[in-house]
Amino acid sequence: MKVGILLSRIRVEEKWLLEALEKRGVDYERIDDREAHFELTQPGPWSQLDVVLERSISYARGLYATHILNAWGVPTVNMAHVAATCGDKLVSSAALAKANVPQPRIKAAFTPESALAAIEELGYPVVLKPVVGSWGRLLSKINDRDAAEAVLEHKETLGSYQHSIYYIQEYIKKPGRDIRAFVVGDQTVCAIYRSSAHWITNTARSGQGSVCPVTPELNEICVNAAKAVGGGVLAVDILEDPDRGFLVNEVNHTMEFHALAPVTGVDIAGVIVDYTLAVGRREVNVHPVVSPFPGSAPLAGTAPVNVAAHPVLN
Amino acid sequence: MTTLTANCPECDATLTLIDVVVGEIVVCPDCGVDLEVTSLDPVTVEVAPMEQEDWGE
Repeated sequence: MKVGILLSRIRVEEKWLLEALEKRGVDYERIDDREAHFELTQPGPWSQLDVVLERSISYARGLYATHILNAWGVPTVNMAHVAATCGDKLVSSAALAKANVPQPRIKAAFTPESALAAIEELGYPVVLKPVVGSWGRLLSKINDRDAAEAVLEHKETLGSYQHSIYYIQEYIKKPGRDIRAFVVGDQTVCAIYRSSAHWITNTARSGQGSVCPVTPELNEICVNAAKAVGGGVLAVDILEDPDRGFLVNEVNHTMEFHALAPVTGVDIAGVIVDYTLAVGRREVNVHPVVSPFPGSAPLAGTAPVNVAAHPVLN
Repeated sequence: MTTLTANCPECDATLTLIDVVVGEIVVCPDCGVDLEVTSLDPVTVEVAPMEQEDWGE
């Protein structure tokens, strides 16, 4: 079996993954996403790969590379449709809502005016997040109308078009911590609390890790969240609401585990590599794209629109 | 343990690189710039790309 690992910058996670591949004697190829190019109708040597582990630090590069690989029939960890769902917070939240997975209240709006109305309806404080982004970058906790107006104007004026997709999340009064859980397939392998005096608890922003027990309740919400976004190797971030209990904040598809592994003592890199090898051996079924209409018959090859019923307008 | 040495392209400080791999990011202890290890034999380091908006997990 031949495994590809797509990456550019080597974080400690990629070092551990490369070590895990070496340790298992896996025949693997390192693919630098800055050098790779793809002839879309001619996979060539790419078709020799049984599976590709996607570890790009760039969301866009990882997303498009896995789209191409999946179109060629090369499975990836994770699959492109999972990356497309997890990489965009609004798409993730819609998937979680569809699957009835508990999450904070979310509002979406497309103009500063409608966003302000949505914020006022939700009530202060709220959290504004870019739909694409990580490491706690550009998160805004909005405590009042003055702050809302200022941030909305900045986003409209300074940001790319994606910053005019307003993702507004209810602020959860969490107990100075959140939970990061590591889910593989239908199992929550381990979890940590990430504690910080700051309301942003990412370990990328100095949050400190400690072991969080994986209770049946935590396992259930994490696995349901993972399934809702398409499944695979995922990090589910959970907020604890004083009244509603666990709420899913987000799901990450190229998870970092520099805190998770040493705190829990679990060889996360080894688990990811073993899962990737299982996908390469076709022991894990990652291919089916989730039907947009559960229970409905698959779409036939013919257009369902009756053209004769829509005469050309004169 | 493999130890290599290189010079920071920004401030010329001597860098001691322990068990590094190609693509790894190291921080210059003198000037604090992020450097990417681009080759091991011979050992070369270059100023790492700036963080992009879509970087993360």
